[in-house]
Formats: sequence, structure tokens, C-alpha cells
Amino acid sequence: MSLLVVKDLCKRFGGLQAVDNVSFAVASGSIKALIGPNGAGKTTLFNLIFGALLPDSGQVWFDGKQTDGWKPHQVAAAGMARTFQHIRLFPKMSALDNIAVGRHVHSRAGFLASMLGLPWTRREQRAVREKALEIMRFLGVEELADGEATSLAYGQQRIVELGRALACEPKLLLLDEPAAGLNMRETSEMAKLIARIRDTGVTVLLVEHDMTLVMNISDEVLVLSYGEKIADDKPLAIQKHPEVIKVYLGEDDA
Amino acid sequence: MGRRRNLPIVALAMAVIAVQLLTAAAGKPQYLTQLTMAGYYSLVIVGLTLLMGYTGQISLGHAGFFAIGGYTSGLLTTYNLHPLIGQIPVSILQACGLLVSGKDLYGADLLVVRPWAACVVALLVTIGIAYLVGKPVLKLKGHYLAMATLGFGTIVYKVVLGSSLVGAADGISDIPAFPLFAGLVVTGKSALRAQNYYVAWGLVLGAMALLTNLIRSRVGRALRAIHGAEDAANAMGVDTGRYKLQMFVLSAALAALGGVFLTHYNGGIGPSEASVMKSVRYVAIVAVGGMANLWGALFMGVLLNFLSLRGSFGSYDDAVFGLILLAIMLFAPDGLLRAEFARRLPGLRRGQKAAP
Ligand SMILES: Nc1ncnc2c1ncn2[C@@H]1O[C@H](COP(=O)(O)OP(=O)(O)O)[C@@H](O)[C@H]1O
Ligand SMILES: [Mg+2]
Repeated sequence: MSLLVVKDLCKRFGGLQAVDNVSFAVASGSIKALIGPNGAGKTTLFNLIFGALLPDSGQVWFDGKQTDGWKPHQVAAAGMARTFQHIRLFPKMSALDNIAVGRHVHSRAGFLASMLGLPWTRREQRAVREKALEIMRFLGVEELADGEATSLAYGQQRIVELGRALACEPKLLLLDEPAAGLNMRETSEMAKLIARIRDTGVTVLLVEHDMTLVMNISDEVLVLSYGEKIADDKPLAIQKHPEVIKVYLGEDDA
Repeated sequence: MGRRRNLPIVALAMAVIAVQLLTAAAGKPQYLTQLTMAGYYSLVIVGLTLLMGYTGQISLGHAGFFAIGGYTSGLLTTYNLHPLIGQIPVSILQACGLLVSGKDLYGADLLVVRPWAACVVALLVTIGIAYLVGKPVLKLKGHYLAMATLGFGTIVYKVVLGSSLVGAADGISDIPAFPLFAGLVVTGKSALRAQNYYVAWGLVLGAMALLTNLIRSRVGRALRAIHGAEDAANAMGVDTGRYKLQMFVLSAALAALGGVFLTHYNGGIGPSEASVMKSVRYVAIVAVGGMANLWGALFMGVLLNFLSLRGSFGSYDDAVFGLILLAIMLFAPDGLLRAEFARRLPGLRRGQKAAP
């Protein structure tokens, strides 16, 4: 069963075909990696899937619904969450509050109920806080709860951003370079964490440059080059794929 | 839990009472007049603090909303419908008890809208206009948003200045008192000075209670998230466009509420209330209060408006607020009374510890 199906997706920026007729599927409960040289269109593809960009053509099907043309908050409500290549935490808010924002789609107090401070909104607030703390415990960072999120160390910020996405209790998690800027130890911990998240039943689509991480945890790997899909296969097959080798060697030559 | 949350509100209520007793004891009840007016201006300021400081959306047009509220209520409660008696719409309004008759200064018959009804209409009109203006304008960011709201403020100013219906440069005068309930009347009569001081500050207390609840809520967190990283907030499921619009409309409604009450208190309103300098003044007070600091903004708003109304700044009144804005932007763009300071005050901590 495919949780996400992308059909013939295209996106053009001026004269540049950033995403060129890309189709693929992500099986429920799996980890799929999206790799390719810088500028290949990976982040653009994420933005198209999430509704942050509108595709020129093509379709996105998520959990049985056609979601292209939806706004990001609608996609989030449908059960998708994401992290960003360049960390986008909320400044001047604690790590806990950052993660609590991820509970938005699972809580409902609006302006009026909140202003009146109705008892159920306070109960809901406590539940949100509890859930956010539970996620921080799962990630092993509960001691960071009260620290200002954007003042944390880089590796911790990545974890908090991941926690914020997990707080959405997503069916599908999009991770854009979750190990970028992390050292080797942090990277291998991140890999374990992603595998653990998959084990809780969350489907993962991730962009990553760290090949050890990608090959270790992915069930399938999709390779993009200049916006085009050049391979979509199991990790072992990808490593032997002639065109993939050419793309990566070619990049080294340049 | 409720006790701790309400502590600052209770403290404010006690301060309000203490100030009234002090002015009475010191034989200076006239101070209450300026404090009453400053209270009504505070309604604009606390709403704008949520919009600017928390949600990160600037408005240089809030004097416009204040004026729309005041002018609408002022016009409806002074526009004489007596010559139109017998016309169907007037008869319907009369049958619904929305009109009140009386005599003007020269003994001629008057038939005008009841202040209660006028107040409700003024708020609804403001909410409608804020919605129509906010919807397109809040798609803009930063100085584009500042310029667009400035444009709106300029239009309101020029319209009230140019319309003979609302007295053009003279504004509207002889606006009647606003009887509330249980004998409370919004009026500038000096015999009712203390009563009116409590009416104004009762409204401020109510607004503060609602808004402090709001900033600690799911919505408040979403608003701060929008301020910090709008795209990320949107990705977390926050309908950013809707939240910004709701906050804009709420702050406009608070401004209009202040406008309606101050207009009946003063018995008149003039175009200077709609001027861009007034909007700049509100923004300067929010900034000097600490941007995302509701209590700081309230305190600075009362202090500066009180001094301004007492004429302490002389003919440099507007210049003082311009200077404040300039200095804040140069030396403390996060505001003078920083949020860090506010967080140290009891009951204001953001990470509301769920006390039993
Ligand atoms: N919003 C945008 N506007 C214009 N060009 C863009 C935009 N986003 C990305 N691009 C361009 O599209 C190409 C693909 O970018 P991106 O998706 O970020 O690549 P990757 O994530 O694979 O490194 C790049 O050439 C980039 O400069
Ligand atoms: Mg990228």
C-alpha cells in the first residue's frame, strides 16, 4: 500500500526545470531516501508535496486524497509533517513551546474559548504540554524543555525540530537533510532515531547526503539529477546503478 | 491554578482602586479625567501589542479603527431622524426601541439612535471594515504591510476631514452621554468623574484578562509561531492567514471600543483622532512597552498618554512620540521593557507550570 504517490510532477523557476516529470511512490511504513547532487530539486520536490509550492503540472496523492493545490496547513491536518533543510525553529520560544506548536492540529481551542480561558481549554493545554514532554523524553532531550530553542546547539536544534514534527503525530514525515551540520556521532544517533520513528509506524521520506545513513536505514532510494528521476530502487541496487555512479563521480570531477 | 493566573489582573484592579483613592485623598480628582482617557487609549494599545508584538504584523492604521468606532457612534447618536418620522425604516427602528427622542439646545425635537445600538453598530462596522482591509493587506509583509496600513489610515483621516456629514475639520460635537446599565453613564460630567474612571478601567481590566488568557493559550502560541517563522507555523498546521486576520480584526474591534467610549466621554470627536500621527503614537507606545509585552505596553501607554493629555510635552507632543520611536528602533528594537523582564514577574511566565 502506498501512502504517498507522486505523478508526473513538474516545477519550473524561470528558465530552470527544477523538478522534471517526477513520479514515485512511498510504501506505508517504509523509509524512502531522496538523494542527488546539490540543486537537483530535492527541496523543491518536498515543497511541492507539502503544498509550500504549487506544481506546474502533475499530481500528489496522500493517504488516498489528491492533495496538490492544498495549503501546507491543510496537508499538515491530513497527517503530513516536515522538517526544514535550514532549521526553522520559532525564536524567543522555549524548546517545549516549539514542540507544543506541533500539537496544533490535535487541539482545537480558538480565539473565543482561549480568551475566556474556558476550563476545557486549560485541560487541553495541560494535555499538549504533557504530550510535548513525552516526545522530548522519547528523543532523550527533556532537559532542554525550558531553554530557548534557537539558542541550543545545532544538533539539539535538529532534534527539537524533529520533535516538533513528531508532535503532529504524522502518518508521513518529510525530513530535509536531518543530519546536515551534525558530527559523526550525532549523525549515527539521528539514523537510529529515524529508524525508531519508523518502527512506531510512521512512514518517512528523507533527503540526505550522508550515504552511510541513507544506505543503512532506507528501504528504497530515489535518485534525482537536474530535476529528473534517474533511479528508484533498493539501496544495494542503487549502489551499483551505472547512471547513479556517473552522476556522483561526475560531481566529484567538477 | 486560577489564582496564580489571575494574580496580575487582581494586582491591576487594586492599583486602579488605589489610584482613585489617592487622587481623592490628595484633592486632585481632575487627574481622573486624564486617567479615564488614557484607559480608553490603552484598549487600542493592548490590542495592537498582540497584533504587532506577538503576531509580528505591524499596523500604521489603528487610529483609523479608533476613529471609525468613535465617528460611527457619534454620528448615529447625533444625526436627527425627526424629519424622517413616518418613513418605514425609521418606524421599524422606532418599533424596535432603537431610537430615543429628546430636544436639542434650542428646544427643537430630536430623534437619534440609542447609544447602545450605536455602539454595537460602530463595532460591527469596524469589524467589517477591518476584515475587508485585513484580508488582502495581511498577505503583505514588513514594510509593505506598514505602507498599506498607512494608506488605510490616511484614507480614514482624509474622509472624516473632508465629510461635512461628520463635521469636516470641526468633527462631531454635542454627542450625548452613553447610559450603560445600573445607573452607570459614560459622560464627562465632573460629578460622575470617579464613576467614569471605573467604567474605563473596568473595560481595560476586562480586555487585559481576555488578552492574557489568549497569549497563554494554543492561539497565543500559534501567533508567536507566526511571528517567528510563518512558513514553519503553516507547516505545523496553523492556518496563518486566518489567524493573522482574526488577530487584526480583534485588535481593530478593541480600538473601536476605545473610540466609542472616549467619544461619548468627551461628548465629541475630531479628525485628529484619525490622524497618522495618532497611529504612529500607538506604535511607539507598543515599542517602548517591549513589543511582546502586554503589561509593559499598558504601563507605558498610561504613563505617556497621561503626560501627553496633561500637556507635559507642550507643543512638542507629537515630536516626543516620534523621538521615542526613533530612539527605540535605534537602541532597543525589541522594546524598552523587554519580555525577559516581564517573564520574571509572577504569573506572567510563559511556560505555565501546571500548578495544582
Ligand atoms: N523558490 C525558488 N525560486 C527560484 N529558484 C529556486 C527556488 N527554489 C529552488 N530554486 C532552484 O531550483 C533548483 C533546485 O533547488 P533545490 O530544490 O533547493 O535543490 P536541492 O534541495 O536538491 O539541493 C536550484 O537550482 C535552485 O536554485
Ligand atoms: Mg535542498
